[in-house]
Amino acid sequence: MPSILPEGDPAPDDGRLPAHVARRVREAESAGAPRTFSLYVHVPFCEVRCGYCDFNTYTAEDLGPGASRSSYAGTVTGELDFAAGVLAASGVPARQLETVFFGGGTPTLLPAADLVGILGRAREVFGLAPGAEVTTEANPDSVTARSLAELAAGGFTRVSFGMQSAVPHVLATLDRTHRPENVPSAVGWARDAGLEVSLDLIYGTPGESLEDWRTTVEAALALRPDHVSAYSLIVEEGTKFGSSVKRGVQADVDPDDQADKYLLAERLLAEAGYRWYEISNWALDPQDEGMHRARHNMAYWRDQDWWGAGPGAHSHLAGVRFWNAKHPAAYAQRLATGVSPSVGREEPDAEARFLERVMLGVRLSEGLETSVLDVAPDGGAQARGEIAAMIAEGLLDGRAALAGRIIPTLQGRLLDDAIVRRLAGF
Amino acid sequence: MSPMAIHAPVPAATDPAVIRNFCIIAHIDHGKSTLADRMLQSTGVVQPRDMKAQYLDRMDIERERGITIKSQAVRMPWNVDGADYALNMIDTPGHVDFTYEVSRSLAACEGAILLVDAAQGIEAQTLANLYLAMENDLTIIPVLNKIDLPSAEPEKYAAEIAGLIGCDPDDVLRVSGKTGVGVEALLDRVVAEIPAPQGNTDGPARAMIFDSVYDTYRGVVTYVRVVDGRLSPREKITMMSTGATHELLEIGVSSPEPIPSKGLAVGEVGYLITGVKDVRQSKVGDTVTSAAKPATERIGGYEDPKPMVFSGLYPIDGSDYPVLRDALDKLKLNDAALVYEPETSVALGFGFRVGFLGLLHLEIIRERLEREFDLALISTAPNVVYEVTREDGQVITVTNPSEFPEGKINEVREPMASITIIVPSEFIGAVMELCQGKRGQMRGMDYLSEERVEIRYWIPLAEIIFDFFDQLKSRTKGYASLEWKTDGDQVADLVKVDILLQGEQVDAFSSITHKDNAYSYGVMMTGKLKELIPRQQYEVPIQAAIGSRIIARENIRAIRKDVLSKCYGGDISRKRKLLEKQKEGKKRMKMVGRVEVPQEAFIAALSSEGAGSETGAKK
Ligand SMILES: Nc1nc2c(ncn2[C@@H]2O[C@H](COP(=O)(O)OP(=O)(O)OP(=O)(O)O)[C@@H](O)[C@H]2O)c(=O)[nH]1
Ligand SMILES: C[S@@+](CC[C@H](N)C(=O)[O-])C[C@H]1O[C@@H](n2cnc3c(N)ncnc32)[C@H](O)[C@@H]1O
Ligand code: SF4
Ligand SMILES: [Mg+2]
Repeated sequence: MPSILPEGDPAPDDGRLPAHVARRVREAESAGAPRTFSLYVHVPFCEVRCGYCDFNTYTAEDLGPGASRSSYAGTVTGELDFAAGVLAASGVPARQLETVFFGGGTPTLLPAADLVGILGRAREVFGLAPGAEVTTEANPDSVTARSLAELAAGGFTRVSFGMQSAVPHVLATLDRTHRPENVPSAVGWARDAGLEVSLDLIYGTPGESLEDWRTTVEAALALRPDHVSAYSLIVEEGTKFGSSVKRGVQADVDPDDQADKYLLAERLLAEAGYRWYEISNWALDPQDEGMHRARHNMAYWRDQDWWGAGPGAHSHLAGVRFWNAKHPAAYAQRLATGVSPSVGREEPDAEARFLERVMLGVRLSEGLETSVLDVAPDGGAQARGEIAAMIAEGLLDGRAALAGRIIPTLQGRLLDDAIVRRLAGF
Repeated sequence: MSPMAIHAPVPAATDPAVIRNFCIIAHIDHGKSTLADRMLQSTGVVQPRDMKAQYLDRMDIERERGITIKSQAVRMPWNVDGADYALNMIDTPGHVDFTYEVSRSLAACEGAILLVDAAQGIEAQTLANLYLAMENDLTIIPVLNKIDLPSAEPEKYAAEIAGLIGCDPDDVLRVSGKTGVGVEALLDRVVAEIPAPQGNTDGPARAMIFDSVYDTYRGVVTYVRVVDGRLSPREKITMMSTGATHELLEIGVSSPEPIPSKGLAVGEVGYLITGVKDVRQSKVGDTVTSAAKPATERIGGYEDPKPMVFSGLYPIDGSDYPVLRDALDKLKLNDAALVYEPETSVALGFGFRVGFLGLLHLEIIRERLEREFDLALISTAPNVVYEVTREDGQVITVTNPSEFPEGKINEVREPMASITIIVPSEFIGAVMELCQGKRGQMRGMDYLSEERVEIRYWIPLAEIIFDFFDQLKSRTKGYASLEWKTDGDQVADLVKVDILLQGEQVDAFSSITHKDNAYSYGVMMTGKLKELIPRQQYEVPIQAAIGSRIIARENIRAIRKDVLSKCYGGDISRKRKLLEKQKEGKKRMKMVGRVEVPQEAFIAALSSEGAGSETGAKK
């Protein structure tokens, strides 16, 4: 997650949630459409800070009491206990975890035993639903056959490797520490351990040719991963890369080049049996059965509930969003003194919730039900006019719209934010 | 050395023989207001603890910019050889845009202190103001200021001044407004040399209005110089131009704070309050008389200043239009030179076409509107007034490029200006090159001294209202001074260049230019807009055209990618907020056809055109 925290209201020291959270969770359950519950665990450590990356992560081994690599697992399990307490005190019915995701930073910089230990505590305090998906992110050079086997034995089902590129000069521009050949071995070990594999790719790095990108996609496909995420490189403000671009010493990304590469990725991936299900995500699913999708991420896009543990982590429970102190030391300090690690909270109003639903829903191949638009002040009349126009312009799938779903076409995927704005009436 | 007055002469009971009315005139920044400070102090009307620099520059905008915009009159007592005198001093602005303020002040005086910076010498505005003072038959006291400066060259500039007004260099007084040296001697000299006012003490009252200011607390405050007779509190007065009658609620003198008095008599300068709320009922140049015993003849007329430069002013938030209208009405109360009428722009909505005396005047009005009335404004590129004669002989006055007639045209006349530039002689070539390039015709050149020359040109006004002064300064290493006044018109080969977005004309960008400059305007504007307008879902051609002929063209390619590639749990709040911001930003978008143009693009495209130009020496 991006390291800059949003502006919100202060959160109470005891972390207590407003009463309607519990009510909404119960209502959804009795309506037969229960809100699912997930856990995100942030691990804020990396060996090297990649120039483009603005995640909340640190290269120091020790960031203060409770915030060193060795003490971190203990601190974050403390938050799991705290979370269970907050949910109970707020009257939210207990729910088992459908998915767990360890993200970073580089979670695999912690010993596998620590990750397994954190997962174990999550199992104890919340319970894991049968068939739960448990993922960790990993850098290709931060795993061994043993560590992956240990994770699998401890309950992990999936690993997502930050491959980014198969081309050395692109990896160099991105400050990546791994070499291309680290990826096949890491993927092999994961397979051997019985883990599902996802690969993260980045396209549109300055200096990357279309051929370089083809090489990368083909190299990824050659490993037959279960899932591929491909992100256009985002120049984030405040990163080393961002400031080099600003100073003009580093070429900027070119959105037209990124569009070309997106189209190429879609073509190569589709030919190999991968189906897009979110703007930047493809699952190996030749028969279109919804296989191999990242269920954890689907929970975000479907507006489900999750607790985010760790510094700077965001949580969402039935329309209430809150986030933890950003710095690991501040975060650990709060937990150590029995204060909620959450420092900010917001409850988007109806209009903002509508915007969230639209912006998340139209990123997906399952799309957004047209009925969501009915809540607009004009009953959705304007949005329906826009839908017609966007079908004509080739941005939305006309058949799907007739069947009550708003789904972007390939061209629409590239202009997805414009679709969101037009549906939301601006 | 002269002591302070022992018995300050009392208003309404002062023998005209002990009155001296004078103003301080100079080029901008030569130190008029600072000299005035020392006079306020020497005469004791401002106590040392109340003193601050440029005491009489009271408006925020004057203090921030360090320039005088409005004249201020102050009554000060002074004693010479045991005799008490009443001095009325008027501090005037030095910037060319406010020359009309100087002319008004001169009409209330018998003498003028011509102040010259001893490190700079005579500058263009020195000449212009001296000329005005001589026209008014005023007694001139030449004074060199800032003699404390190490770079001062009093000998050299005393000779320059002596050569100009035909006096002896030794007659040029030397003072420092900073240290106060020479100020008391100067006041003595004022008493000795400036004639006392003369008038008919017993005749019907006649007072000339030389300023009229709206004050939120006191209503309209009218500044007058009594020429004949006297005015007393609570009597009924008549404005001679309209015949309107008002009761004198208060009458008094500024010293420098207002002090009510028993009236004002011949030769005295002071203020009147009648309770009117609109300065237009108390017009500068009008004559005030007594209703009971009215005079029959007005004092010599005074011409309202004529606006030279026009610009469209539009509120960025369209719903602020009524606020802008009220704000202009309020500023107009204090500023007879401000004229405006409503206009509409397809691109910018409802606004006003506003006439100004020059670019500094424009800048100041705009700044006051934004600051005092909390308005966010767009102003279109300033233009002058053209007279266009159509083929059928119909003459159209064009104050806005959109009024420029389509179809066949017989001739276009543009206003001209006479300019005077004073520079060290080494820059003659550079100045001539600049003026020639701006279609100027040389009218003469005179050496003020061996190293300094005065160069005169006749030049299209439109060419000097934009960045002329900046260019002049940069080509002369900052040494040139410029003075201008309008002077007739000429027929010129002028065309209107339109800018089109996707075939739709954007009225706010139309410009009237000389044919030779049309192409470069077109290239500049289309290029700028290409940078400023974000890519849209469609390709957007940008064209510059004269009539139906396209002279320049750019293209904004259609946007191909408009999606954030990552949106996970922790990104949601941030991304939603980004969209909400875009939604807000959308309100600042103007639609031209189906092209969305951000307000900022208009502001940026219009701003560098003309802003920051001939607007005074200080930044
Ligand atoms: N050293 C020195 N500086 C002076 C003297 N008189 C004025 N100044 C400085 O010159 C600058 C201009 O002074 P002002 O009194 O504002 O000049 P002005 O003629 O009233 O200017 P405008 O009203 O804008 O035309 C200020 O920075 C003063 O401090 C002086 O006698 N000696
Ligand atoms: C938490 S990060 C990385 C996990 C792991 N530390 C790694 O780098 O392999 C998850 C993914 O986000 C993507 N990512 C990070 N910063 C990005 C940026 N500025 N633009 C595009 N993608 C980015 C990378 O593909 C990365 O693998
Ligand atoms: S390794 Fe991953 S999380 Fe760490 S700095 Fe690089 S991209 Fe960011
Ligand atoms: Mg001044």
